[in-house]
Amino acid sequence: MNSAIPVLQAIPIDNYLWLSAILFSIGVAGVLMRRNAIVLLMCIELMLNAVNLLFAAFSTYLGDASGQIMVFFIMVVAAAEASVGLAILVMIYRNHKTVDVSFLDKLRG
Amino acid sequence: MQQLIPTILLLPLLGFLFSGLLGGRLPKTVVGAVASLAVLGAFLGSLYAFGQAGPQPEWTVKVFQWVAVGDFQIDFGLLVDRLSVWMMLIITGIGFLIHVYAIGYMHSDPGFARFFAYLNLFIFFMLLLVMADNYLIMFFGWEGVGLCSYLLIGFWFQNESYGKAARKAFIMNRIGDLGLLIGIFMLFQLFGSLNYQDIFSRLPAMRMAEGALTVVTLLLFIGAIGKSAQIPLYTWLPDAMAGPTPVSALIHAATMVTAGIYLLVRSSLLFQLAPITLEIVTYVGLATALFAAFIGLRQNDIKKVLAYSTVSQLGLMFLALGVGAYTSAMFHLTTHAFFKALLFLGAGSVIHAMGGEQDIRRMGGLRAALPVTYWTFVAGTLAIIGFPLLSGFFSKDEILAQVFAHSPILWGLALLSSAVTAVYMMRLFFLTFFGDFRGTPEQRGHLHESPAVMTWPLIALAILSVTGGVLQIPAFLAGGNGQWLSHWYQTLPGLAGGHVGHLSHTAEWVLMGTTTLVVLAVMWGSYRAYVIRKKLPLADTQVRGIELWAAQKFYIDELYDAILVRPLEKLSGILYHIADNRVIDGSVNLIGVVMTRLSQFFRLVQNGNTSYYLFGMVLGLILILLLNYII
Amino acid sequence: MVAFLFYVLSAVSVLCALLVVLMRNPVHSVLSLIIAFFAIAGHYVLLNAQFLAIVHVIVYAGAIMVLFLFVLMILNLNKAAPPYQTTLVKVMGAIAGGLLLVTMVASLKHSAIQPVAGAEDGQIGLVKNLGKALFTEYVVPFEISSILFLAAMVGAVTLGMRNKKDNSSAITHL
Repeated sequence: MNSAIPVLQAIPIDNYLWLSAILFSIGVAGVLMRRNAIVLLMCIELMLNAVNLLFAAFSTYLGDASGQIMVFFIMVVAAAEASVGLAILVMIYRNHKTVDVSFLDKLRG
Repeated sequence: MQQLIPTILLLPLLGFLFSGLLGGRLPKTVVGAVASLAVLGAFLGSLYAFGQAGPQPEWTVKVFQWVAVGDFQIDFGLLVDRLSVWMMLIITGIGFLIHVYAIGYMHSDPGFARFFAYLNLFIFFMLLLVMADNYLIMFFGWEGVGLCSYLLIGFWFQNESYGKAARKAFIMNRIGDLGLLIGIFMLFQLFGSLNYQDIFSRLPAMRMAEGALTVVTLLLFIGAIGKSAQIPLYTWLPDAMAGPTPVSALIHAATMVTAGIYLLVRSSLLFQLAPITLEIVTYVGLATALFAAFIGLRQNDIKKVLAYSTVSQLGLMFLALGVGAYTSAMFHLTTHAFFKALLFLGAGSVIHAMGGEQDIRRMGGLRAALPVTYWTFVAGTLAIIGFPLLSGFFSKDEILAQVFAHSPILWGLALLSSAVTAVYMMRLFFLTFFGDFRGTPEQRGHLHESPAVMTWPLIALAILSVTGGVLQIPAFLAGGNGQWLSHWYQTLPGLAGGHVGHLSHTAEWVLMGTTTLVVLAVMWGSYRAYVIRKKLPLADTQVRGIELWAAQKFYIDELYDAILVRPLEKLSGILYHIADNRVIDGSVNLIGVVMTRLSQFFRLVQNGNTSYYLFGMVLGLILILLLNYII
Repeated sequence: MVAFLFYVLSAVSVLCALLVVLMRNPVHSVLSLIIAFFAIAGHYVLLNAQFLAIVHVIVYAGAIMVLFLFVLMILNLNKAAPPYQTTLVKVMGAIAGGLLLVTMVASLKHSAIQPVAGAEDGQIGLVKNLGKALFTEYVVPFEISSILFLAAMVGAVTLGMRNKKDNSSAITHL
């Protein structure tokens, strides 16, 4: 479609709020529950996406382009973070033969 | 004149610094000479001040401003009036003689330079005490002489009992000083200043504060009790005989113990307005005079006898003060300084000759071996018992006359104490110098007269003891020429009231005659007992009954030990072991232990588990949102 | 129509998110995340954020997820390793997530946001308008993000480099 006006008229912003909150919480639960470090990173990506969605929704509802610019930059950062994170994971795997976070507790006090 | 006064004060201090810092490396004669010259210089300065001391009292020198805090201002000021210049003469004059004596007495002691340093320091502090123009500087000097007394009593500190005696002296002094200090605080509160002139000039306007004045004067008297060894704070003086004999002569006979008398005379205007305190002074003085005399009766150490004699004579001086005879007290202070210093130095000469022996039961017949000592000791003994026409005769008699004018009963008791004084002094004299020698053969071989440096001061003091009476010959004997000291002091505020009672000439003659008879009777009786019948004091194990009590000082020290020292030590032990070690150290350590335990507990938070950390983060996030929502 | 689309897309995204968390096999998680991303891209289209939608699909679904799969395959982790933490942690995690949801919703519930008057045209998602905003107001962050990419690239390559003296040469599949 060419315009966001139908959306603006049909769906109140609260719905987007709810959706974003749910996705975010699911991401958090996943971070806490999963053992595989790669899946952990994926859940983080999920959290980021929830925020992206909310930014875009607000940008539309408030008529401000800043929200979408923000999404743009978040994507930039997410991409960089994913690549570097995975590189680190590979290094960890080389040294410890595992990416299970429950075994990666060398930094204990 | 303005420069002279601080110089008088400074000379002994410089002597102290010289002897203290450089004395160890210099030959003993140099150190002794410098120290004695310092005091001689102070004496000459005092002599000049004495000559210049006109009827209108004083010179005041403000050296510098010491404390200036709001309303409270104390200057380091010096006041030289007839009272203080008289004390200065005594201090520096007798001090000089004793310094010279000490050159001989201490010549073989390794701590020679230290001794003279302390002696000079003592002179400095004593001068400061009498030259101060306000109570605080006087207190400074008061404390200073207490310090020097401690240092000098415990001079041979290697001996632990001497150190204990020094501590005892200092602590007892301190107890008195507490009273004095509180008295000074009250003085400041009442008068707003501690300067003598300020206080005495504001006194007439303070008619209403008689109760407060009583308290203040009582507190000052408590300080004097401590310093001048009256009941109950006198037990330190006999123990202070642990110090070298020149120390005993200077500090515990002539000067420091007279500081209390000086304080009361200086504050006489205050005391005149507090008759209750004066009564107390009277009775304390009289009791001390009697009590100490009886103890001295059965002592066998030559210095201890003289020590108890000092306590007794001081009591007599306080008795004079109590009845208001300030000039008489000063007169007796002067003559007492002469003959007591003489007696102590003579005793030192005897001890020196006996090679350190101090027990009179092992002496005897020394008059042949120690002629100069013997004759000077004769002069001193006759003076102290009040043999007619010697200095002690006039001073004691004047006190007795004044006491009689106040109350005949008190006079009777004072006469009794004088009689006992005569008894024990004659006992001491006869047992030491007459009869057969009771010591060991080595001691007999060692007997020799003291060197000239020790005998010349003895001779000088003997002359003074004999002739010192001219200062204050009673009016009924010398007409208008007598009573020189009274006239001299007349212009001083407070001392003007020094002539208390007027007795008829007949009464005075009778009193004087009575005293003389008593003295002569005692002399004859002692001669019969100790020389003719050769009565000897008993060995320690054979003494019985009341004599045992006297010989054991009436067990006062043991009493103090039981009711004061032991409970305090117990309390101290409790405070140390429980309060300090367990409670305070425990609580401080507890903090450390708590910290350690807490950190051990919190350390477990870092278990390295990533999801645990993330969980913490999430919880924190939830908390922030909650708080944001609530607040 | 729009509302229906919205609810469908929402359902899909939530469902796939749940599958990401609950699937045992990591590859299955990746795949379901890709579907979730497509659903979110659909949301973007709905909001007329066209540029964002395309970029989202290209970057996330096309690049990042492929990268994830790549690493998964290399590390050969699709075998069965216990996928979840201990039960206690699982429960705690679920509770934490739930609490977070509740808290967020509660704190946001009373916000009343109305569409702004200037949002009438709804054209800000178009490439032209977005580009205008990006290259005028936000040009500095734009340039800086390129440096960020450079840094990430260098970092990733450095981290992935193999040491000459690495004694893990026994591992042949790396």
